[in-house]
Amino acid sequence: MSILVNQETRLLVQGITGREGSFHTEQMVEYGTSVVSGVTPGGKGKTVAGVPVFDTVADAVNETGANASIIYVPARFAPDAIYEAIDAGIPFVVCITEGIPVADMVAVYTYVNDKGARLLGPNCPGLITPGEAKVGIMPGFIHTPGPIGLVSRSGTLTYEVVDALTRAGLGQSTAVGIGGDPIIGTSFVDALTLFQADPATEAIVLIGEIGGSDEEAAARCIAEQVTKPVVGFIAGRTAPPGKRMGHAGAIISGGTGTAAEKVAALEAAGVRVADRPSAVPGLVQRAIDA
Amino acid sequence: MNVHEYQAADILASHGIPVNAGSVATSVDDAVAIASTLGGTVALKAQVHSGGRGKAGGIKLARTADEARAAAEAILGLDIRGHTVRRILVVPGVDIAQEFYLGIVLNRPARRNVLMASAEGGIDIEEVARERPERIVREHADPFLGLHPYQAREVGFQLGIPADKIVGFASIALNLYAAYVAEDATLAEINPLILTGSSDWVALDSKMSFDDNALDRHPALEALRDYDEENATELEARRSGISFVKLDGTIGCIVNGAGLAMATMDAVKLHGGEPANFLDVGGGASANQVAKAFSLVTADPNVEAILINIFGGITRGDVVAEGITEALSQVEVTVPIVVRLAGTNAEAGRAVLAKAGMIAVDTMDEAAAQVVKAAQKR
Repeated sequence: MSILVNQETRLLVQGITGREGSFHTEQMVEYGTSVVSGVTPGGKGKTVAGVPVFDTVADAVNETGANASIIYVPARFAPDAIYEAIDAGIPFVVCITEGIPVADMVAVYTYVNDKGARLLGPNCPGLITPGEAKVGIMPGFIHTPGPIGLVSRSGTLTYEVVDALTRAGLGQSTAVGIGGDPIIGTSFVDALTLFQADPATEAIVLIGEIGGSDEEAAARCIAEQVTKPVVGFIAGRTAPPGKRMGHAGAIISGGTGTAAEKVAALEAAGVRVADRPSAVPGLVQRAIDA
Repeated sequence: MNVHEYQAADILASHGIPVNAGSVATSVDDAVAIASTLGGTVALKAQVHSGGRGKAGGIKLARTADEARAAAEAILGLDIRGHTVRRILVVPGVDIAQEFYLGIVLNRPARRNVLMASAEGGIDIEEVARERPERIVREHADPFLGLHPYQAREVGFQLGIPADKIVGFASIALNLYAAYVAEDATLAEINPLILTGSSDWVALDSKMSFDDNALDRHPALEALRDYDEENATELEARRSGISFVKLDGTIGCIVNGAGLAMATMDAVKLHGGEPANFLDVGGGASANQVAKAFSLVTADPNVEAILINIFGGITRGDVVAEGITEALSQVEVTVPIVVRLAGTNAEAGRAVLAKAGMIAVDTMDEAAAQVVKAAQKR
């Protein structure tokens, strides 16, 4: 078991003929993900890594039965790509694209929710259920199947922690990158709820960072509903206020969104918070043994 | 992106909001001339991208030309939280009967834009939010339909605004929302919005910030950018697709990925050092990007040592190492460099780096410890 993606996932790639789209399609196919179709308007008849290309998402869904989509199109066109996927009935859409204006995401978020679909991202590395499906841009080889569910706002920092977990013999049920933007489709709370309900997940790792209050919401959710042990790490203890740290959502504004507040909220909810990424596996092991 | 008060006021005025119009001076003589033209009491206001202008002595009233001259001399060149005052907005004095706060901002947890208002105008709204949250009235805008007139009226009534002033208030609130949406703002704020002694609405101070990700659909905003207010290195970095934030420490950091870059800064601190910067070089960490990163980091004279932390995921470690070596042939770096390289082919990569005279290690903790040691040795 796992969350969101598995062997049953039939993946569609939007923007499949672009540089990013074609490269990562090859990588995902190589990993063993069932990539059934791609879409590039005007690209009908082409193939990328053996995957057939269609003009519209609706055609791709009709012809290939895609049940999840991943989006690699530029920021200007990404909201339209999300709407197209949702309107074609795809229940789960992953948006890798960075740089989508916040105003666009305010509308997209509400639209996706109203349709009862789920969006992961934008500005995220995607997600992976090791050994079953890689739907994203992460290096597959650092992952290994196991009982740890991982959810993170970051990309390379997630790889760092996954790598440490794998080296410590702690495999992952699913590793989810929710993205670093101010408005994202799937929150920590959503991922925690899914991991709590997943029988294959025994412990959860949550990797947060400065900005917003999603970690505080996660802490409340953990205190109220999560019975599985949770280990946390928060990046940005040394970040100055009022400065955006790379991610559009990583900013301490009006004195809120600091790492200290998030660490305190998580610890108050019983989360073991690591002071460095390399300390995560030890805390996870102790949590499982406890 | 931030703009000055007078620029924000121009935008709000173009959306039908009554602002206290004045002119901008860059010299004492200009300020005095504007004050004389306006006549009577004027306010001289420092134009910097920073709050706390009043407390810092950046806002002064003047009743005569002599007072205007003295005020302008005091304000021009003033340092306000690290921002040097180069421009002064001179506006007519206004008879204030009542002050309000009115602002629109994204409410991240609600995933909606929110109209915020308070009868406690003219003071720091964050302080009100912290200490007297019940004094702030909020209305969320529908993502598709926007802010309804009834919502704006409702906020006005909750603030205790008299019935004959409600229509005027609501139209300002709706126009503020329109300006926020039209310009892809992340903040549009009037503080204070006042009722004058003769019962007219005036936006006395305006503030706007804009979504960096939306700037390409608002080319006119680029002309409002004040390069004096921005860190030159940060701007240069942005043009190369690098995220860079200057900090006060001595350890230069070059990292791939924003989250890992923050964690790297934290690791430096944890090992007794202070990071000199945040730097996310982007995914691939190509030779050109790394060379650019080196020149950004070494432009800071405080930097005593550089920590490069690359988690080579899909990009192979030996390719990253070749890139770093190649970058060093383009940019002269005189401080010690510690490289942490992990991921595919990392071992081969570290061999390349060691041969080129760099300290190459495989964990973040060791890299942070080594770079702090290297900086202390100097």
